[in-house]
Amino acid sequence: MARAVSTRRTVFFTVLAWIVALVIFFPILYTIITSFKSETEAIQGFNLIPSGTVESYAAVQAQSNYFKFFMNSVIISVGSTLLALLISVPAAWAMAFSPTPRTKDVLMWMLSTKMMPAAAVMVPIYLLFRDFGLLDSRFGLTIMLTMINLPIVVWMLYTYFREIPGEILEAARMDGASLWGEIAYVLTPMAVPGIASTMLLNIILAWNEAFWTIRLTTTNAAPLTAFIASFSSPQGLFWAKLSAASTLAIAPILIMGWFSQKQLVRGLTFGAVK
Amino acid sequence: MGNIRLKNVSKSFAATTVIPGIDLEIKDGEFVVFVGPSGCGKSTLLRIIAGLEDATSGHIEIDGRDVTNEAPAKRGLAMVFQSYALYPHMTVRNNIAFPLKMAKMDEGAVEKKVTEAARVLNLTNYLDRRPGQLSGGQRQRVAIGRAIVREPSAFLFDEPLSNLDAALRGTMRLEISELHNQLKTTMIYVTHDQVEAMTMADKIVVLNAGNIEQVGSPLDLYHKPNNLFVAGFIGSPRMNFATGAFASGYGAHTIGVRPEHLKLSRESGTWTGRVSVAEHLGADTFLHILVDGIGQVTARIAGDVPVQHGDTVYLTPDEARIHKFNEKGMAIR
Repeated sequence: MARAVSTRRTVFFTVLAWIVALVIFFPILYTIITSFKSETEAIQGFNLIPSGTVESYAAVQAQSNYFKFFMNSVIISVGSTLLALLISVPAAWAMAFSPTPRTKDVLMWMLSTKMMPAAAVMVPIYLLFRDFGLLDSRFGLTIMLTMINLPIVVWMLYTYFREIPGEILEAARMDGASLWGEIAYVLTPMAVPGIASTMLLNIILAWNEAFWTIRLTTTNAAPLTAFIASFSSPQGLFWAKLSAASTLAIAPILIMGWFSQKQLVRGLTFGAVK
Repeated sequence: MGNIRLKNVSKSFAATTVIPGIDLEIKDGEFVVFVGPSGCGKSTLLRIIAGLEDATSGHIEIDGRDVTNEAPAKRGLAMVFQSYALYPHMTVRNNIAFPLKMAKMDEGAVEKKVTEAARVLNLTNYLDRRPGQLSGGQRQRVAIGRAIVREPSAFLFDEPLSNLDAALRGTMRLEISELHNQLKTTMIYVTHDQVEAMTMADKIVVLNAGNIEQVGSPLDLYHKPNNLFVAGFIGSPRMNFATGAFASGYGAHTIGVRPEHLKLSRESGTWTGRVSVAEHLGADTFLHILVDGIGQVTARIAGDVPVQHGDTVYLTPDEARIHKFNEKGMAIR
C-alpha cells in the first residue's frame, strides 16, 4: 500500500517538475523558434513550427558586429569573476577559519548591499564613472560587475570553506605548512568543486547583468546585453530579428550552463543538504 | 628528547576562564594521559601544548626551550586528531609524506621513511588508496604514520579512538601502547575514557574544570585518590559514597567503597539492602542495591551470583579499603 502511494507521488511530482520546467523554459524556446521565422511569420500569431529561415541571423550580423559584443561579454564576465575570486578566497578563508564575533554581521552587511535597488545609486555611480573616465570601458565594467557579485561569491565560498573541517588545516599547520602552503596544498584542492561552481555561477550572473552594462556603455565596451537592447527599441516590431539577436546573446551561456549543470546545482544547493 | 614543562599556563576565552593556571612536568619517554569529563579543559590544554591555541598566560618549555610563542610546526611535536584529519585528496603515501615534503626533505629519503612507517603500521598494501577507501582503524593508522615519520620529540593524541567501535578501540589501544614501547617517545594522550587512561598511561593527569585534581600512576590514583572527584572518576563501576552516621563512625565526613571491595552475603553483613537491578556478565555480577540509610550502592561480585531483582542481601565493606574524606572532599590518610 505504502509502495503504491509512493509510486503515485513520484509520478505526480515528476509530471509536475516537467510542467514547471517547460513553463520556465518556454519563453526561451519560443524566442529560438521565432528567430527561425520570417518577419511576416513572426507577427502572424502563435505558431510553434517555423519555416526555418536564417534571414534574421544574417540581417542581425549585417547590422552589427556580433563578435565584438560577444568578446566584450567574455572579457567582462570572466575578468570580473577572476577578480572577485582573487578577493573572495582570502576573505572567505579568514571568515570561515578565523571568525570574530562580528563575522556574521560583516557577511550580512555584504549581502544587504544586494538588497539595495540599483537605481538608487545610478546617478552617483554614473558620475564617478564619468569623472574617472571609466564610462564605456571594459575595465570599468569589470570593476562594476566584480563589486556587484562580490557578496554572493564571498558567501558561496564561505559556505564551502565552512564544510572543510578545521582540524585538517590544523593538521597541515602541525605538519609544517605555512599559511600559503595550507591554502595551496590543502584548502584549495579540497575546495576545487566549490570554487568551480562559484566561478560558473558568477560568470552567468555577470553575463546576464543588464542594468549597469547597458547604462555604463555605448559602443566600445558594450556586451551582449547592450546588443539585445540595441535591437529592442528601433527594431521593436521586427520580432524575428529581435529573437535572433536574443538567441545569439543567450546561446553561449545556455550551452555553458548545460554542460556544467551538475556543478551548478551542487553550487546552488551546497550546505542545504549533506 | 621530549621533556615538556608547563609553567602556570592559563587559558581564557573572552570572559570565560577555561584553565585557571596549570603547572605540570612531563618527562622524556613518558606516556601521560589527560583524563576528565567533557569540558574539563583537557583538549584545550593539549592544543595549547601543540601551539594550536595560544596560552593566555604562562610558559611552555620543550627540552628547556621556551616555545610559548613558537608556531606549531616549530615545536617538534606531532598530533593525531580525533577525526583523523587526513587530507582526503591525497593518497595514503602522500598523506604520510606531507610533513616531510613540507620540511623539503629529498624524495629518496621521503620514500624510505614512508615505506618504513607503512611497514610498521601494516599499511603497505594501502599506500596508493585515498583515505575515503579505508576503514576507521586504517585511517587512524595513517594519521599515526603521518606523525611517526616526523620523528617528533613528543606525540599528542586528541581522543584518537573515540570514533572507533568498541572492538577496534581495544585493538588500537594495544597498538598505540606497543608503538610507545618501540619508539620510547613521550606521548600525551587525551581521553574521557578512564579505561584507556588506566590501561595505557605511565602517568595520569586527572582534570576537572581546568584544574589538575591529581597526577600519578594509574594504581596510585585507584588506591590513593586525593579527593572525592578522583575517587569517583577513576574506577568502573564508580566508587560508592556514604555520608552521615555511616561516615562519622569512621571519623570522616564521607566514606567511599569501591564496588569490588564489598562482600555479599544472603545471611548477614554490615549493610542491608534490596537488589534493584542485577547485571549478570558471566565473569562478574554487578548488583545495584538500595541500601537502608545510604541509597543506591553498586557491588561487583566475582562470578555468577544467583541473585535477582527484589532479593534482600547483606553487604560488608572491606575495612582496609574504605576511603575517608573530610568535609572539603579531601582524602584523610
